[in-house]
Amino acid sequence: MSWLSFFRGKREEKGNAALAKDRLQIILAHERASRDGEDFLPRLQQELLAVVARYVQVDANKVQVNLERGEGMSTLAIGVELPAKSRRNAAA
Amino acid sequence: MAQVIVVTSGKGGVGKTTSSAAFATGLAQRGKKTCVIDFDVGLRNLDLIMGVERRVVFDIVNVIQGEAKLNQALIKDKRVEGLSILPASQTRDKDALTKEGVQAIIEELSKEYDYILCDSPAGIEKGALLALYFADQAIVVTNPEVSSVRDSDRILGVLQSKSKRAEEKKEPVKQHLLLTRYDPVRVAREEMLKLEDVLEILAIPLLGVIPESETVLKASNAGNPVILDAESPAGQAYADAVARFLGEERPHRFLEPPKKKGFFEKLFGGKAA
Repeated sequence: MSWLSFFRGKREEKGNAALAKDRLQIILAHERASRDGEDFLPRLQQELLAVVARYVQVDANKVQVNLERGEGMSTLAIGVELPAKSRRNAAA
Repeated sequence: MAQVIVVTSGKGGVGKTTSSAAFATGLAQRGKKTCVIDFDVGLRNLDLIMGVERRVVFDIVNVIQGEAKLNQALIKDKRVEGLSILPASQTRDKDALTKEGVQAIIEELSKEYDYILCDSPAGIEKGALLALYFADQAIVVTNPEVSSVRDSDRILGVLQSKSKRAEEKKEPVKQHLLLTRYDPVRVAREEMLKLEDVLEILAIPLLGVIPESETVLKASNAGNPVILDAESPAGQAYADAVARFLGEERPHRFLEPPKKKGFFEKLFGGKAA
């Protein structure tokens, strides 16, 4: 740092270690919580699909399961793409 | 047909995952559809380095065991178009990976992607062997340090004997050296093996030299592949390596210590490159 930067008022750039800590705390909280528990997502997905399949024909490939782990709350979003044909049938 | 690339080293902690993340991101930046797979079952970390850890739903073991479809387990990167991550399982043990399972995944990915990058675990156990088995090309990540060079030599031997290409007596796996954590200042002081020494010993073509750089830690703190930091020497060195991989000629940079600032530069804060 040169003496000129003192007059420019340029501060040293702050590191981002705090960001690393935040990310670790969130992901480790989730991992510790699920360490002993069974991984329920595959079964949850299968059972949900089975329910949906009772009403409409669904392609297992067109099901998206999205999870966003947050600090206080996580969101689980399951998207099922319904084929146009069976929607018409359902409407009829 | 996709090219399968294994990122491997034998030794742990030399920068395989950092390099996998950077390289996969770089290939996607250059318009190549790329999927990067974490083979470190039980100790996954690619998700963290890529910054997608909170979005992992299913993993490679779920796919192999038929509990999820491949496209449900793939995480699409939100920063770069055409980049997907297939995470390793955190809870299962390595035996959950099977050759047939991995083959099926690679075949399915081959239909859609140009490059499949396999981020190998350290060691030469099952996970590492499976990561390299289907490889067409190998990026051997090495530090200028004795144990890393020895382990790289060992893994080169494994590539030449235990890969699918070796078993089927096809054209051998194409090998590339990626020398990481290179510190030109310490090389100049003769404290560290120099590039020429490592090249002489391992005798494989050089893909790139990544300088030791503060930005690598910053990037992993934030979960951003370091290649996205286009200002940083490490980011630029990875971008060069990706360009060379795609056939471009690029001179090697960051091999010499940065020039000392002159008196006037010091006085007036001229920024050295």
